[in-house]
Amino acid sequence: MILKLEHIYKDYIQGKMTVPVLKDVCLNVEQGEYVAIMGPSGSGKSTLMNIVGCLDRPTSGSYELTGRNVLALNERQLADVRLHNIGFVFQNFQLLPRMTALDNVALPLIYAGVRKRARRAKAKEALIRVGLEDRVMFKPTQLSGGQKQRVAIARAMVNKPDILLADEPTGALDSKSSKQVMELFQKLNDEGVTVIMITHDSGIAGYAKRVVTIFDGELAEQKGETEQ
Amino acid sequence: MLENIRLSFQGIWSHKMRSFLTMLGIIIGIASIISIASTIKGTNEQIKNNLIGSGNNTLSVMIYTQGYEYHIDSWSKAPAGFCEVTDEVCEQIRELDSVENVTRYNERQYSESIFYKNTSLQNTSVRSIDTDYFETVGYTIRTGRNFIDSDYENFRKVLILDKTAADNIFANENPIGKTIEISGKPFTVVGVVDQTKKFTPNINNVEDYYTYANTDALGYIFMPKASWPIVYEYDEPENVIVKAVSVDDMEDAGKKVEDILNATIASYQTEYKYKADDVLQRAQKLQDMSAATNNQLIWIASISLLVGGIGVMNIMLVSVTERTNEIGLKKAIGARKGSILGQFLTEAAVLTSIGGVIGVASGIGMAQVINKVSGVAVSIDVVISGIAVVFSMLIGIVFGLLPSIKAANLDPIEALRRE
Repeated sequence: MILKLEHIYKDYIQGKMTVPVLKDVCLNVEQGEYVAIMGPSGSGKSTLMNIVGCLDRPTSGSYELTGRNVLALNERQLADVRLHNIGFVFQNFQLLPRMTALDNVALPLIYAGVRKRARRAKAKEALIRVGLEDRVMFKPTQLSGGQKQRVAIARAMVNKPDILLADEPTGALDSKSSKQVMELFQKLNDEGVTVIMITHDSGIAGYAKRVVTIFDGELAEQKGETEQ
Repeated sequence: MLENIRLSFQGIWSHKMRSFLTMLGIIIGIASIISIASTIKGTNEQIKNNLIGSGNNTLSVMIYTQGYEYHIDSWSKAPAGFCEVTDEVCEQIRELDSVENVTRYNERQYSESIFYKNTSLQNTSVRSIDTDYFETVGYTIRTGRNFIDSDYENFRKVLILDKTAADNIFANENPIGKTIEISGKPFTVVGVVDQTKKFTPNINNVEDYYTYANTDALGYIFMPKASWPIVYEYDEPENVIVKAVSVDDMEDAGKKVEDILNATIASYQTEYKYKADDVLQRAQKLQDMSAATNNQLIWIASISLLVGGIGVMNIMLVSVTERTNEIGLKKAIGARKGSILGQFLTEAAVLTSIGGVIGVASGIGMAQVINKVSGVAVSIDVVISGIAVVFSMLIGIVFGLLPSIKAANLDPIEALRRE
């Protein structure tokens, strides 16, 4: 079991009101799974994503990542978990515009304390893996949306994380680029990478091997559609 | 760290105009401080040079009475029973660490008994000297010859004039071989000497003139020490000129030589004391006066540094807001708080350090302009320039701290949500 969420509750305080966002969420993900969490906006999927990504803490519940109780970790340790165990892919790519694709991909390696030469080699390797070997020295403004997202995926993968966590990865892409990105996820998953993807688009969710839906903060397994 | 510095340069370069304007406060502040400091240092060096002279580290240790320099002249006789400074005492002085050499002399000023033909040379000073006097004090022979051992052994009545005296007495004639009468005895001029390193005090105004201008306008006549008793007396108090190892040793050398010489006369003299020329002390007093006014200017310039620092803080705060997204992303991909803090602090420090370097450069430029325009002496102090750059770096760190803490404490979820 690579990820184990049990009875997660998350409340937001708004003025004097307590707004429950996640209610008793339980989710287990095995090594090598490809899971889509699908739900409309306001369903609490982003909050869930933030908790899974160790950016936020639940109000109550337990969370184990690779057998480790991450809720007991301090801020510094959580940063290290994000660095080594989780790879983030965002809807709007979040590439640094002043840096080349290579430098963007190499960024997490800086925080991991990898030396410059090794950093460049690893970053290049990651870019090759996403099929961008001919765009290494391009800046984000010189890349198409699909290419940007592939750079972002290379960045997420460069530290060899346990989980690839994608938040609406195709939200800003046209259908052709979306398809390419989904094929890339498929390929990475085939290579053994555990992928958790959040989306509101059932078409996109369909690429995943397992789909769970979230509605009003409650999670439900969507059987039947998982095996196509 | 290196990576951070590289990224900082990249960031600064990509916002050239903004970075320059941010630095401007630092540049102006540092430039003012450097130019003022250069002026202070220049003035101080000038004061010191003016007082020390050609910089050959010599100082006189002379007999004083009741606090006044004691001159034997036409009206006052030498005090009775004064022992000369013996060779043994000279040897004792030479053994001091701060002393390179010492040489003795007797002096008469305003002597009525010196004549060339029918002209009285009353205002010319006469000195009897040791063999190594010229070498120690820094004179070289221009024409004729130096005193030789046989002059001393045979009590020869020979003279060497300094250039001032030679020009004054002989004008266009060749002084060599001419006869000058001292106390009724004929002396033959054998040589003319001149100061090895020409030194004219840098005089900018009337006060400088009174402080530095030489009073020995009519020059010196030198004779061998051995010949002195022919015209004057045997047991006249002798003065010495000490050559210190370096300028900084002068004060120490002066004090120690004073002590040695006073010890030799202590048993029979209470009225007279040897006292060293305190040029450095005089220089210090003058320097303190000029520095006092300029130090206030430095404080005013420091205020512009403070304003510059606040400018840096302001821009850094804007920069943090602008780059909220970047900070959020970096945190999400595993940057620790410390990394973010380090990144922004480095950026502020690099920015202000560049400002400091430009400031030092323009300060040096300004100092040169001040020198050209107003003639005030300037001197660049490498240490102060270095301190200025380090100080501007510290300004960056101090004023960058608040924005950097703000950046480090950003909530990544909030930060990523903003576009």
